[in-house]
Amino acid sequence: MKTPFAITLDAGSSLLNKTGSWRTERPVYLDRLPPCNHACPAGENIQQWLYLTEEGRYAEAWRQIMDDNPFPAVMGRVCYHPCEVSCNRGQLDEAVGINAVERFLGDQALINEWQMEAGAPTGKRVMVVGAGPGGLAAAYHLRRMGHEVTVYDASPQAGGMVRYGIPKYRMPREKLRAEVARIEQMGADLQLNTRIDDVIAARDEGKFDAVFLSIGAQLPKRVDIKVNGELPVLDAAIVLRNTELEEPTGLRGQVVVYGGGNTAIDVARSAVRLGAKSATVVVFEAREHMPAHEFEVKEAREEGVELICLRAIREVNGNQVTLEKLVPSEGRWPQPTGQFETITADVVVQALGQNVQTDLVDTISGIKVAEGAVQVGTDMQTGCPGVFAGGDMIPSERTVTTSIGHGKKAARNIDAYLRGITYDAAEQHELVTFDMLNTWYYSDAPRTVRPMLSVMRRQSGFAEIVGNIDQDNATFEARRCMSCGNCFECDNCYGVCPDNAVNKLGPGMRFKFKYDYCKGCGLCVSECPCGAIKMTPEEI
Amino acid sequence: MPQIPESHQKVRFYQTGTLTVGNRLLDAEHRSVQGTMDRSNSLDSGHRACQGCGEALGARFAIDAAMRATNNQLIAANATGCLEVFTTPYPETAWSIPWIHSLFGNAAAVGAGIAAALKAKGREDVRVIAQGGDGGTTDIGFGCLSGMFDRNDDVLYICYNNEAYMNTGVQRSSATPGGARTATTMPVGKDPGNAFNTGKSVPLIAMAHLIPYVATASVHDLHDLEHKVTKAMGIHGARYIELFVPCPLGWGSKPSDTVKISRLAVECGLYPLIEAEHGELTGVTKIRRQVPVGEYLKLQRRFAHVLKPANAHQLEQLQAIANRNIKKFSLIDEQGGQE
Repeated sequence: MKTPFAITLDAGSSLLNKTGSWRTERPVYLDRLPPCNHACPAGENIQQWLYLTEEGRYAEAWRQIMDDNPFPAVMGRVCYHPCEVSCNRGQLDEAVGINAVERFLGDQALINEWQMEAGAPTGKRVMVVGAGPGGLAAAYHLRRMGHEVTVYDASPQAGGMVRYGIPKYRMPREKLRAEVARIEQMGADLQLNTRIDDVIAARDEGKFDAVFLSIGAQLPKRVDIKVNGELPVLDAAIVLRNTELEEPTGLRGQVVVYGGGNTAIDVARSAVRLGAKSATVVVFEAREHMPAHEFEVKEAREEGVELICLRAIREVNGNQVTLEKLVPSEGRWPQPTGQFETITADVVVQALGQNVQTDLVDTISGIKVAEGAVQVGTDMQTGCPGVFAGGDMIPSERTVTTSIGHGKKAARNIDAYLRGITYDAAEQHELVTFDMLNTWYYSDAPRTVRPMLSVMRRQSGFAEIVGNIDQDNATFEARRCMSCGNCFECDNCYGVCPDNAVNKLGPGMRFKFKYDYCKGCGLCVSECPCGAIKMTPEEI
Repeated sequence: MPQIPESHQKVRFYQTGTLTVGNRLLDAEHRSVQGTMDRSNSLDSGHRACQGCGEALGARFAIDAAMRATNNQLIAANATGCLEVFTTPYPETAWSIPWIHSLFGNAAAVGAGIAAALKAKGREDVRVIAQGGDGGTTDIGFGCLSGMFDRNDDVLYICYNNEAYMNTGVQRSSATPGGARTATTMPVGKDPGNAFNTGKSVPLIAMAHLIPYVATASVHDLHDLEHKVTKAMGIHGARYIELFVPCPLGWGSKPSDTVKISRLAVECGLYPLIEAEHGELTGVTKIRRQVPVGEYLKLQRRFAHVLKPANAHQLEQLQAIANRNIKKFSLIDEQGGQE
């Protein structure tokens, strides 16, 4: 080519100059584990279903929940949402209202009658004992995997403690019924009013290939209180069960509840609704160490429930209950002081927790029971091959969500057992901490507050007290999610690269580095809002 | 009271609003040019700027926005300086636009000449940008620039301000801030670094020329920057935009901190983002989360001495400048912050 005077080279593009060779560190895209997902006892991919909700893709978001948890409408009401406690947004302003969004999605599914499908039949049969959250979750997942499932429960209705332990004002029964019905529609066979006394015999008779036990912990724990006179001393679990069955509860007049957990609060709040003159909760621990959740205590007090902390019930004389004052100590428990006082009561309810009724498992050879709980391996299998267990009957947190998580994990391991393989859980990604985020980029957005029923109406009936958030609010709340550790395609890396060394691949496809030109400055890592890029040393 | 620029409209219900480069939840009209897959990449890969160069970033932001605004009918004249050197080492060019290298001091005059030639040829569709660093603009090219303003030539002049002569080895310019270390203002003696109460504000001088449009912008606030460039390209006559572009080499900062430093300069009040039309202040970008100047200074070695106890008076002087800017330009609402 002929070039002008004094010009010896053709003009070329700088693209000939591969500046990638300058680099000592390279940025790489990665997915990290958001703290909400990490904290979820049911292993939900919360960040992903919030992402779908942000775009108004509610059905897909719901299906994402259903991959892990068949009870979004129940979860949105009774889950104690450890996800929100661990939410990184909590360190910026307030945690994302994940629970409210889950409830919205769960209710959308019920309104629109979204269904899930059973898997292709495998010909294997699984027996589930206990139609509580753990047993039903296992049945659901096993149906999705194509196994036949029969669930046995001694009670007249399915739901376990969700039905017989959690009052209606927190868990409306029609929602529970609808979510259980959905599992039945997938082909799970529910045998209610059927008590199983001999698991092995029932398994052999029904030609089941595996068993999942999830009978919960139903034996009330009691302390011996010396009662002089006729004052009734009841058990919380039985009182709540009778409330559900609409049978006489014995709650009347001045009700004294003994215990500091959520069950004690549930009993006291039920007593208010059943027309008791007063409801007083006697708590062993100091106020700040009560095991009950703070919001439940707050709501109970709004409804007129009284709290007496650092007291132990020592004896009952007629309608006088003697309390000993306690003082906090360095150790686990408060110490007695030798000082006493009395309060008046018409009925005392013990709400000190429940034990596992072990006579069912005692008949099964190989099963080990230690400290009142059935022991299982990491695969949820008991010492008896093919018999798995989960929920409150194994050592655990004893929450609904934990049991649902057990059901899922057991189903996966039962599936592997039935196929003669071992189930290997996918390796967890690195957890995202707050310092990995660049929170400058998130709009200031305060949390949406869920409407509450007025105190007057709460005192007079069992109507659900926490209201729904509407579609706008649910979307708004979902959009407060910071998408920790997972790219949400904000284009920051694509935009802030001084070397134009990032390719945008298009909606849903994310980005790709042009390593030929990336100089390794790390601006993309600094300016990624959600911590989804990291620098790794080059091999030189 | 100056108005909040349109680029900062509060968009409810969106995870990140307009703070990120893109946002899949935003309407198309609120999305940035840099977030689009078909942006022109006027300044392409393979240029030889340092890692994390604020000027390279700012130039692509500004010229891509101008290309979009002019339907890709754009010619740029470029003063000598880093931007010219790192983009066009013979025989390569990183520019994908018609681009002319002028002398160090005459980019404004060359731009004015191109505009005059286009006018003579009747080409109203092609627009002109002249650009340079702060040395080529505030010192060496200042006479030509003032002349361009004076004649109201139809040119947008963009000054990439990194507060010293970086290409030649970090010498002081009239845009170097008080206290800063450069090769010619070493941190020695009682008042180390660059002397206070020296230098000049070219945006304010440009306003004094009563030209149609003057603005300052920063590489940390892309939507604001693109809004200003787009607005400037919609106006005829002499226009001036100054972009704040951190220089990791000259400032002694981490390449990965370029955007952060830019953000802190604005958030502490030392670099106010303003808009003015015909000499009147018409807009300011409010401070969102105010920080003390120390937060900005501590990321840069050129200010390391300022943070030593012996030089506390320098820190106070810099904070006083920031406070004065905040007051003068109403950078903070009485309610506190932009949102």
